[in-house]
This record gives sequence, structure tokens and C-alpha cells, in this order.
Amino acid sequence: MRATGIQSDGLALPSQIATALCDLVADGEIYLRSVETVAPIAIGVLTGGTLGLLVGVWLGLSKTAAQLAWLSIELFRPIPPVAIIPLTMLVYGIGIRMEAAIIGFACFWPMLLLTRDAVTSVDVRLFEVARMLGLPRRKQIVKIALPAAAPRVFTALRLTLGIALIVAVTTEIAANPFGLGYAIISAGLSLRPDVMYAFLIWLAILGWLLNVGLTHLHRRLFGATAGEASS
Amino acid sequence: MSNWLIRLGSVLVALSIFVLWQLVTQAGLVQPIFLPSPLSTIASLWRGLTQGDLLALTMTTMERMFYGWMLASLGGTLLGGLIGLSRRARYWLTPTLELLRPLPATTLLPIGIALFGLQPRMLLGVIAFGAIWPVLLPTIHGFSAIEPRLHEVARNLGVSRLAFALKFGFPNALPDVVAGMRLSLTACLIITVVGEMVTAQEGLGTTIMMAARSFRSTDLFGGIILLGLVGIANNALLALIERIATPWRAAQT
Repeated sequence: MRATGIQSDGLALPSQIATALCDLVADGEIYLRSVETVAPIAIGVLTGGTLGLLVGVWLGLSKTAAQLAWLSIELFRPIPPVAIIPLTMLVYGIGIRMEAAIIGFACFWPMLLLTRDAVTSVDVRLFEVARMLGLPRRKQIVKIALPAAAPRVFTALRLTLGIALIVAVTTEIAANPFGLGYAIISAGLSLRPDVMYAFLIWLAILGWLLNVGLTHLHRRLFGATAGEASS
Repeated sequence: MSNWLIRLGSVLVALSIFVLWQLVTQAGLVQPIFLPSPLSTIASLWRGLTQGDLLALTMTTMERMFYGWMLASLGGTLLGGLIGLSRRARYWLTPTLELLRPLPATTLLPIGIALFGLQPRMLLGVIAFGAIWPVLLPTIHGFSAIEPRLHEVARNLGVSRLAFALKFGFPNALPDVVAGMRLSLTACLIITVVGEMVTAQEGLGTTIMMAARSFRSTDLFGGIILLGLVGIANNALLALIERIATPWRAAQT
């Protein structure tokens, strides 16, 4: 670009992007924006993910419940999370609650399904032994079902966090004027491609760090082979 | 018999959710502006489909989604094949692809707007490009994971590279391609809806956004239900494709 002297509102020189990134880091805006994105992710994953986890454990333990819930899940799960952006906007207005609600909705389903499958795939014989030994139902869940399903549940959490980041940024691009997503689109719309690409690069780094960090944690917690059965 | 009973039970559970929804709205526990009753939602949906332009808008959105999906699948398979079959291309390109992968596909929208402006073709391009990743990466893996001995056999028999790609590579990668296309279609629907919201192109995304902004909550819920139906239809279609394209896989699950 420098060689040809092209002027563009959509592209920026790598050196300009680097300068913009340094400026954003220096005046702290990039941290502010990141926190605005991370906070609703944390709330959404905690609420939606925990709910999904609980329902998933329940459906994994009780085959009847799983079969009865089947149609309801198949009806509600295919609703794309972005479709409820306008709804949450109506209910909560813009802000952190609205974004957290969408993220919670988006995280609930994969967490539910993956936890259900994880619990279902726990060896039946473990439960038989537990019943023989007279372990009460609650202890069966806490001492057998959850530990045995833990590696796969962690995989579910990893996947869910990835989804949460995508949904958060998407919500910010589409509706919620906070966070990295809004920073990207507002920079683009105000003809500051250098700032836009700087934020994009930062976002890519964040996403990459999240993935690498979680994969590493997964290995630390559950051994070397644990991280492989997922994508 | 018991299977049939369980089906009936799950229908009843789903119905009871709607009944509960109706009861909650009738008792006035939630303001109707936030949660309209299911009956009035369905009435508004029916009105929109038969008299309004809701059907046309749904078709516009689905058309956009499908074109994007087709482009993404075709591009992803072709590129994935090229990269997967050449060890050098894999070596050079994989780090870049891995870096780009975690970026949410919707971040392409600001780039698309900045580079090409607000036009329908830009949106289609963003959908296709954003949805290419779920196809591309599994396809590369599928093409590169061919049994090395097949390579040797093919070379000894004098099979050309193109024939090798078509006769060995593609069948080997097909399950990965189909699985990728599955994720890709979901991504397409999401990017399409967001893209419509952001660029105000005609379609369901814009419709529900406008409904929410003007507090027409029955229309909003109708739109959400329609999008859910599109999602269900997508899942059904993909299950069908999977059964046809990779029957040995469907038999396993």
C-alpha cells in the first residue's frame, strides 16, 4: 500500500495498526473494552452454564427425564442466540444484563447436552456398586457421577467459553454499545481502520490465549490424554 | 409400545411449557410487552404469514443463508482439499489459519462494511467467508489423514494428482466435510441474522430488531419462533444429508 500510494478507508498499514494498538494499550482503553466484554461473559457462563450443568446432570442420571425432555430441547435449542438479542434489548435495555442474558441462553444448551452425554457415559457398574454399598442418591451424584464425568464436563466448559466469547462480541456488534465488539464496529464506521484492526488483533490474541490456557488447564487437571477427545 | 408412550410424554412436556407460558401471561405475572401470550403470538405470526410479508422475509433470510452456506461449503472443500493434499501448503498455512480461527465470524461484518460498504453482496460474502472455517479445517484434516500406503499405491499405479484427490482424498474426507457443513450452516444462520440487523438488509433479523424497537412484542416473538423453525428445519436437513452422504456413520450413532 505504501508502495502504490493507495488511499483507503477500509485498509490500514501494518505499521499504523501497530501504532494504534500501542496507543490503545497506553491509554488503557483496550483494558476497559476487554473488561466490558469479559464481565458479561463471566456472568453469562456462570448462570447459563451452571443451570445447563444441573439440568444436564439430572437428565444424564434419569433416562425417563431425558426422554421426556427430548422434544422440548429439540424445540428450543435450535433458536439462534442472536435471535433473542432484540428480546433482551426490550426487557433489559442495553448494558451488561442484556448481554449476560444472551450469553447465558447460548451457553445453557451446549452445557446441558454435553453434560448429559458425559453423565450418561459414566460406567453403569459404578452406580451398581454404589447402590450395593448403600450410598444415598445425593452421594452417588457428588462422589461418582460428577467426578467420573468431570473431564468431559470440562471439555464442555471450554467449548462453552468459546461460544460465549463469540456471542458476546456478536451482541456488541449488533446491538450493545459496549466492549470489544462495539469498539471494532464503531472504529470501522468512523473510518479508523487502524483502530479497528488493532482491536481485531487484540481479540484474536484473547481468543487464542483463552483456548491455549484452557487446553493447558485441562491437561493439568485430567492428564495428558484428556484434551484430545475434543475440538 | 413404551417407546410410543415416551414420545407422547415428551410431547406433553413440551405442550405443558406452552400452557405454563399462557397461564403466566393470563395471570398478569409478566407485562405483556415483555412476554406476550402464546396465543396472541401465534395469531400475530399467522397474520404476518398469510397477510403480511413475513413469509417473503423468511424466504429472503433463508435464501441468503443457503447461498452463503453453498459458497462456504464449496470454497471450504476446494481450499481444504488443496491445502490438505499438499504438505508444503499445510506447513505454510496452518499457523495463519490457527490464528484466524478463534476470531468470531461476525467480526468480519465491520471489515466488510469498511471495505465494501453496505450492499447485499458484501453481506453474502461475509456470510460465506465467516462460515468457511468450520468446513475448511476439518476438510484439511480429512484430506491430510489419508493412509500413507494409499499414496504409495496410487503413485505406483500412475494415478494423476487430480484423480487421487477425487478418488482417494474426497471419499476419505467426506465425513469431515459433512460434519463441517453441519457447523457451517448453524454459523450461516447466525451471521445472516446478525448481518441483517447490522446492515439493515431486508430479512428476519431486521424485522425482529424493528419489532423490538417499536415494542411490538407479539411480532418479535413471532419472528423468534420463525427463526427457531428455520433452525429446526436446518437440523432436519443436515441429518438427512448425513444419512445420505455417509450412511456408515449414521448407522453407528
